[in-house]
Amino acid sequence: MCIGVPCKITAIDPNQPTKATAEVNGIQRDVNISLVSSGNEQSLVGQWVLVHVGFAMSLLDEEEAEQTLTALNAMQEEEPDVNILFKP
Amino acid sequence: MQFIDEFRNPTQVKSLLSQIHAWVKKTSFTAEKPLQIMEVCGGHTHAIFKFGLERLLPPEIEFIHGPGCPVCVLPMGRIDACIEIAKRPEVIFCTFGDAIRVPGRQGSLLKARQEGAAVRLIYSPMDALTIAEQNPDKKIVLFGLGFETTMPSVAITLQQAKQRNITNFFVFCQHITIIPTLKSLLMTPDIQIDAFLGPGHLSMVIGTHPYSFICEQYHKPVVVSGFEPTDILQSIVMVLKQFANKQCLVENQYRRVVPDEGNPRALAVINDVFIMQGDDEWRGLGIIPDSGVRLNETYAAFDAEKHFQPKQQRVADDPQSRCGDVLTGRCKPLECHLFGKQCTPESAYGALMVSSEGACAAYYQYRQGEPA
Ligand code: SF4
Repeated sequence: MCIGVPCKITAIDPNQPTKATAEVNGIQRDVNISLVSSGNEQSLVGQWVLVHVGFAMSLLDEEEAEQTLTALNAMQEEEPDVNILFKP
Repeated sequence: MQFIDEFRNPTQVKSLLSQIHAWVKKTSFTAEKPLQIMEVCGGHTHAIFKFGLERLLPPEIEFIHGPGCPVCVLPMGRIDACIEIAKRPEVIFCTFGDAIRVPGRQGSLLKARQEGAAVRLIYSPMDALTIAEQNPDKKIVLFGLGFETTMPSVAITLQQAKQRNITNFFVFCQHITIIPTLKSLLMTPDIQIDAFLGPGHLSMVIGTHPYSFICEQYHKPVVVSGFEPTDILQSIVMVLKQFANKQCLVENQYRRVVPDEGNPRALAVINDVFIMQGDDEWRGLGIIPDSGVRLNETYAAFDAEKHFQPKQQRVADDPQSRCGDVLTGRCKPLECHLFGKQCTPESAYGALMVSSEGACAAYYQYRQGEPA
């Protein structure tokens, strides 16, 4: 039950700044952002967050995510062992 | 950027598997004495079975499915106490879906609902607060359970209840903390764990530093891991590299989500509302010292147990069930005599069969029919 879902923040509730709308797979849902906001809520619009039981728990770092993917993609070239194993 | 899909790339999975095969040869692990990696988190257990990762790995690597599924370690007596409260006519009992089918001695919360108790499923703890505001003549009880992942959300809900002066809202606190559990596992003499996959989403709250005692005192590597197939496989590569290079570190594979320092704001709200105090009972594992979590004095008025005073029950686990042995890696689910007979997801005996994150349910769903 500790699984969270990555969502993108699309809007902040003007009346309740701890409340945002976030989108995942085209579905909009309310998300409480008090654990990830540092005062300037509007700056969170467009940001990916990890949502668990209706609360944004962590800001997702796109750069880190991309780095992981790049590292994974580069693996075949970097690891000669791996290429050898791939040969029939 | 989609944030999920790209981490399931089959070419990358293949490539990572080859790396695992290559690195494991550089360690001293064999098929007879394999590397036993405990994945602490039930989310990992589920992913490992869902993607069939176990079967893709060389025989020198074996997963031990750890206790990190809060629903799987819910003691029977605690469920009975919830049911006792839920059956009161003035109560609306709110629970996350995961917990509703966990059997107590008197059946589950689902059964209580079928018998007329007002048991509601909620998605967020805030939903329970909304129900409290909408039903001022009722008493709303939130079943607060889970590790540090869920504690901040329940804490903020309680802060809101206090701020808004909502007096018909209560929390039945069954939260648990991860570090004492890992400590007690590590102190068990006959336990066979060589390394840990650290829980991804729990760690976004507590960070990676609290795990360092595992390396320093017990000399076992920890890699905090994400939940995609490539995350888990990459974490295994990281563990193998540590063994091959004779290192022992806490590493963070899931940097895109987990900052090493955790979420300080989440830790602050936890400290504002909860107090870590006393021992707690875990289903299958018995009493774990210092693992208890209660509401502190400031929030005592919201404590469902103080308000409703349910009977304190302690129900011994059935001696035939091997839930504890499965949780600690002493046996596999298929070795439990009740597996697939008295104990199935439809009529679960032990909690490991209830949640889709439990090792027994995962075996039942994906690996039934295999020899024990
Ligand atoms: S099969 Fe059922 S009783 Fe046996 S260990 Fe698994 S959950 Fe426990």
